Amino acid sequence: MPVADVMQPWPWYVAGPLIGLFVPALLLVGNRMFGISGNLRHVCAAALPSRAAFFQYDWRRVGGWNLAFAFGILLGGVLVGLTIPDGAEVALSPAARESIGALGIRDFSGMVPRELFSWSSLLTVRGLLLMVGGGFLVGFGTAYAGGCTSGHAISGLADFQLPSLVAVIGFFAGGLFGTWVLLPLLLRGGL
Amino acid sequence: MEVDERAVAADRDTSIRAGGAAPLAAPRGPDGARRTGTGAGLLIYLVLGTLFGVVLMKAQVVSWFRIQEMFRFQSFHMYGVIGAAITTAAIALQLIRRTGLRAGNGQPITIPPKEMGRGTRYWLGGTLFGLGWALVGACPGPLLALLGSGLGVFAIVIASAVAGTWMYGALRPRLPH
Repeated sequence: MPVADVMQPWPWYVAGPLIGLFVPALLLVGNRMFGISGNLRHVCAAALPSRAAFFQYDWRRVGGWNLAFAFGILLGGVLVGLTIPDGAEVALSPAARESIGALGIRDFSGMVPRELFSWSSLLTVRGLLLMVGGGFLVGFGTAYAGGCTSGHAISGLADFQLPSLVAVIGFFAGGLFGTWVLLPLLLRGGL
Repeated sequence: MEVDERAVAADRDTSIRAGGAAPLAAPRGPDGARRTGTGAGLLIYLVLGTLFGVVLMKAQVVSWFRIQEMFRFQSFHMYGVIGAAITTAAIALQLIRRTGLRAGNGQPITIPPKEMGRGTRYWLGGTLFGLGWALVGACPGPLLALLGSGLGVFAIVIASAVAGTWMYGALRPRLPH
């Protein structure tokens, strides 16, 4: 087997502060609070029919900036995506590689395991539960909690907001359960 | 969501809003100062978003593998990224407060406090999101970056997330907050 390119990440002490700087940047530019998941709500308000009070607001005025920011994230993905060589692998710790391998993952190339996240996988029960079920939980959960990793974990905790701490503890409780219980059941359960 | 609730003027249903205290104020400023400009006004957010997407990709926080590694406590990387981001943002917020810096449009910078209420929405909603985060290995920002990076199937994940938010909106009056 050819040796795959290994992609080292920008180190945490570079990437972390850069991410944190988006909080003051957005406040200074336009008094906007850094957060991404609000866009899911704006898309509903803009494009989906609903009588729910939750979606009755002027999405252009409230969320126009955030939708532009979200579209930028997509463009950022395009730019970096073009530079990633085919078959390159994320530089994982040996322990993680072993644990993920034990789940039955063989292909470590790319940012996500193609065995799970692909169009053909969508036709399997496993892929459907992972992508459609997982996506649904992300959308439902962030709307319910009023924020995601950016809004609660970064903006909220940086501002010492107690509700955000409760939400982040929830993120980790759910994430640990998903990782240690649900994923092994899904991936090793023969679905 | 990280929507400025005070700006969501039509969102008036106080009985189900977390905390259920004062009604939402109208958008502030006599000229509706929190408005979003069009065209050139949005360009700066597009540029900032692009930079953010680049950092997400380069730090590999968009990677399902990395999220697994985090939830299995097998690397410090993700904790370092998130911890350093929070620390940097916290220091910046203190500096902004102490220096009284204003936003580019001249407004004083204010951060709307989140209302705790009974807290149900935070722990329950947070846990549901966490489950999804572990399964798809990405939160909303990284989902967009992954789609951009050429993984077209993430359009389905994002559509499903939009459906999840829509469902929350529909069920909201009946859910505990």
